[in-house]
Amino acid sequence: MEKIGRFGEFGGQYVPETVMNAVSELQEAYERYRSDPQFLAELRDLYRNYAFRPSLMYYAEKMTKDLGGAKIYIKREDLNHTGSHKINNALGQVLLAKYMGKKRVIAETGAGQHGVATATICAYFDMECEVYMGREDMERQALNVYRMELLGAKVTGTDSGTATLKDAINEAMRDWATNVETTFYCIGSVMGPHPYPTMVRDFQKIIGEEAKAQLMEKEGKLPDCVVACVGGGSNAIGIFYDFIPDTSVRLVGAEAAGRGIDTNEHAATLSKGDTGIFHGMKSVFLQNEEGQIAPVFSISAGLDYPGIGPEHAYLHSTGRAEYVAITDEEAVQAFEYLSRTEGIIPAVESAHAVAAARKIAPTMRPDQILLINLSGRGDKDVQQIARYRGVNIDG
Amino acid sequence: MANRIDTTFAALKKQGKKALITYIVAGDSGTSVPADKTFDLTEQAICAMEQAGVDLIEIGVPFSDPIAEGKTIQEASQRALRNGTTLHGVFGMVERLRKKTDMPLLLMLYANSVFRTGTDRFFARCAEVGIDGVIVPDLPFEEHDEFQDASERNGVYNISLVTPTSHSRIAKIAAAAQGFLYCVSSTGVTGMRENFSTDFDTFFGEIGKHASIPYCVGFGIRNGEAARRMGSYCDGVIVGSAIVNQVAAHQTEAVPAITALCRELREGLDT
Repeated sequence: MEKIGRFGEFGGQYVPETVMNAVSELQEAYERYRSDPQFLAELRDLYRNYAFRPSLMYYAEKMTKDLGGAKIYIKREDLNHTGSHKINNALGQVLLAKYMGKKRVIAETGAGQHGVATATICAYFDMECEVYMGREDMERQALNVYRMELLGAKVTGTDSGTATLKDAINEAMRDWATNVETTFYCIGSVMGPHPYPTMVRDFQKIIGEEAKAQLMEKEGKLPDCVVACVGGGSNAIGIFYDFIPDTSVRLVGAEAAGRGIDTNEHAATLSKGDTGIFHGMKSVFLQNEEGQIAPVFSISAGLDYPGIGPEHAYLHSTGRAEYVAITDEEAVQAFEYLSRTEGIIPAVESAHAVAAARKIAPTMRPDQILLINLSGRGDKDVQQIARYRGVNIDG
Repeated sequence: MANRIDTTFAALKKQGKKALITYIVAGDSGTSVPADKTFDLTEQAICAMEQAGVDLIEIGVPFSDPIAEGKTIQEASQRALRNGTTLHGVFGMVERLRKKTDMPLLLMLYANSVFRTGTDRFFARCAEVGIDGVIVPDLPFEEHDEFQDASERNGVYNISLVTPTSHSRIAKIAAAAQGFLYCVSSTGVTGMRENFSTDFDTFFGEIGKHASIPYCVGFGIRNGEAARRMGSYCDGVIVGSAIVNQVAAHQTEAVPAITALCRELREGLDT
């Protein structure tokens, strides 16, 4: 049998039969609308007039001078409506749900950014929205919980397992299996069963397409290195994808090393994981030798996931992209660094990419370009960073 | 050698009886037990269920993230893992059970448990200890060939599932199914239900048109009355969460309650 939705050996459709029909329907609908002029025109209009695309390409002059290596550009996905790249995908999927005649949308969220983006679009389209979120993450990201509720979504906490992103996905999948005939599952990253990894990548690849055109206009050439943070990997694949055929461009993903990859408290999937089958896909997962999924740890709720999208597993296996692990401490330092140096407060997720860039840029020449994908803004993280630094701002 | 699943269904057919299939989570005692007693209750329960008229048993291998399970089996899986249950240990238990019983034993487990063990190694070990089939809830028809070669080579059936949302998929799934077809009574996860919203006449009518092997229904059956009613549509019933609930309620002393429930189910099915 011909294997569909594969990136090398990775990908596939490892989901219960109950949702398989819905997966096939989604696959057919996506195949139809991905080239449908009306769908694409509507999506483009929403990107421009609702999400505020194209996002800025910013020359980080002070950071460039300070690091004394490559010329640094920052793709400002943090300036999108709702404050991160997540809106690109949520717009695409909820619009697709509308075209498919679905009335109810569910989503999982880690840091809350995908939940907020989905709740936002559901408010815009007047659709019912329920977001699953680990109880631990609800505490870490209380602001985003309130934002989602403000937008009319129901936020359901999950206490099972580690009460983080993985468990929110488990619960969302169980909801989907129960309400499959009425409900559209809006997955937040390039993961899950086919067609999600491909579809989400297609909704996010606009980041790289814009970035390439913007750099060609500003510099007349391609970047030499592109850096993005990786949890499931949607902002990274979004900025990488258009550069994959350009083999001169080095692609670097920054994983969350938590308290260090030599401890048991990290989420550095490609650094320490093994191939497995989970959450609908064959990919790389942090797991024990019996295949039990490992508890993971990161200061960043958005990167706190024991797996990674199958296309990243493939890019890693072929060596086309490389993946580095960034500790909590390095990420927090980068969070503070970008705030002070450029006056831009990054999401703690995106701070992992900034931290990787701080290591890579000094090794590059001044005539080279390093591009950072700043996937989200850091307002939601300020309280947690203060807590990490032992500063009491809770009043 | 004939697969025990086939011989059991053939014998039941001859007697004009429906199959009673039960599920229990390996290594779950409803509470913490010392490491050398991890499988005591499971082994006792399996022997008792056979005595009480159960025809086939599904042994659940606990997984950290069982996405197809409701609360009852999720919690049982967590208890089993906390008690140190491993796949290696489950195989050891089956080896011991095989000295006492010749009934069909199946493993219900998630794809990663098979894949991570090494697919060939896993199915060879199944054959060695006497496992007759596996049920992998996160392995739909589209991915069946992931385990196909290894399972066939070792004479272990990979049981297929159909659900009320399978619709036009039923024909191709039924055509490729081995042993028996596992019909999921309703959408959603495992667990006991008060009511079913599925139109069973249509659902089983469609299945009956395509299935050339026995088909049994599971998800939500909790007592003798439900077993009787659901059994009337097909060749047998599968009861999981109701058994696991007895373990949760009675812990290491759960055997009498499990026996009583199985007798009730048997009676309902034979009525």
